Amino acid sequence: MSNVPMNLRYAKSHEWLKIEADGTATVGISDYAQSSLGDITFVQLPKVGTVLKAGEVFGVVESVKAASDLYAPVAGTVMAINAALDGAPETLNTAPYEGGWMLKLTLSNPSETTTLLAAAAYEQLLG
Amino acid sequence: MSKLHRTPLRDFHAAHGARLVDFAGWEMPVQYRSILEEHKAVRRAAGLFDVSHMGEVDVRGPEAGKFLNYLVTNDVAKLYPGRVLYSPMCYPSGGVVDDLLVTMRGPDDYFLCINAGNVAKDLAWIREQSSPFAVTITDRSDDYALLAVQGPRAAEIVQSLTGAKLGLVQYYHVTEGTVAGIHCLISRTGYTGEDGFELYHAAGDAVALAETVLAAGAPRGLELAGLGARDSLRLEAGYPLYGHEITQDISPLTAGLGWTVKLDKGADFIGRDALVAEKKNGAVKKVVFFKTGDRRIVRAETPVLGAKGAIFGRVLSGTLSPLLNESIGSALVTVAAASEALVVDIRGTKLNLHLVKPPFVELKKAPQ
Repeated sequence: MSNVPMNLRYAKSHEWLKIEADGTATVGISDYAQSSLGDITFVQLPKVGTVLKAGEVFGVVESVKAASDLYAPVAGTVMAINAALDGAPETLNTAPYEGGWMLKLTLSNPSETTTLLAAAAYEQLLG
Repeated sequence: MSKLHRTPLRDFHAAHGARLVDFAGWEMPVQYRSILEEHKAVRRAAGLFDVSHMGEVDVRGPEAGKFLNYLVTNDVAKLYPGRVLYSPMCYPSGGVVDDLLVTMRGPDDYFLCINAGNVAKDLAWIREQSSPFAVTITDRSDDYALLAVQGPRAAEIVQSLTGAKLGLVQYYHVTEGTVAGIHCLISRTGYTGEDGFELYHAAGDAVALAETVLAAGAPRGLELAGLGARDSLRLEAGYPLYGHEITQDISPLTAGLGWTVKLDKGADFIGRDALVAEKKNGAVKKVVFFKTGDRRIVRAETPVLGAKGAIFGRVLSGTLSPLLNESIGSALVTVAAASEALVVDIRGTKLNLHLVKPPFVELKKAPQ
């Protein structure tokens, strides 16, 4: 049912992480996450420069239904945030893997990404 | 969800992609496509809602009118056949048992529509209060399905399916007729602030009626709408929801529904003494409506604070207004606080509450 792109890694808390060619990573929430939340109305992201530990809360995504914390899939420093989500949070519903990206991170420990789920394992988690 | 009640349209909803949730013990569609889009479709064109979970009660007998005027706070004596009345029904304390629609179908023949979550409680209360009166109370909730067609194009859509002259049916009036060949009590009422109709019909006809209304309405912009949109539409319209703006502990006067409390209607009614006292002495608390200028939703039970952090009350309902694109809601605050600066703390961010007199958006229909 949910779209789970093969080229991404996933956290059990439903964030995705994409390793870019330059070794940095892009983070967002999965199609399953946006679909479960329903109409997304607000996104709160950290400031550029914030240093995140793996599993640390980095923001909040809010839908008509509920507000949910966002968790850093791995440790890193926030290089950029998707400020466009401020005015158009619904992009998370329509394009969770493209226009709905949230953070670009410089990874503290690149090997940490291997602890995340591959697409097949994440699909299995979704059942 | 096997233990939940189902309306006759449960499979219709599932087939149309609804997300089904437990609402007051009923498996109901909270949304089909998007709560925000369904909400906008109702304001722009029309929406079709299954509200078959609502309860229906026949009240008949030579003292039916007299009994109902004792049971509810509004003036039932003003009704005539075909006229609908909105009213709270109170406890002796002035707190609210439920709010309901009373329709006069004929002499000594009235029809109530009550909230799904309150059916058992209401029936017990109504039966208990009715004992001194020559009336018969009949629960009809399982017999009726109820579809609401709401929005500026609702009349055009329903008219395309009926020979009844809808132009002659004014707001808060009913007529009997067939819609798509199915016998209906056609009521020009609703819970969205738009023009529209509520079609009471036999439960066995619900799927055929829903399919036909959807087919006739879709080319005119009608969309299926779930309970999520129903809630945001009613809050944008400033309508109370039982359990939020009116409860056992929030009287209709506190809730700002003074227009439904007819203290001088010339007949005693349950709760009158308490409501007279509340009016005379002034209430301690009042229900206010607010907007925030922010997209963060201020959810029910959030404390309402004064500028210096003192707690002045709590939020009763909150959502994002899809039309205003900002969060709106209602709160119960002390009367003294209602003239002060009020704030809420949402995850560490202070939002100012700007009090407004509802409705939040211009409505096509006044509340009669």
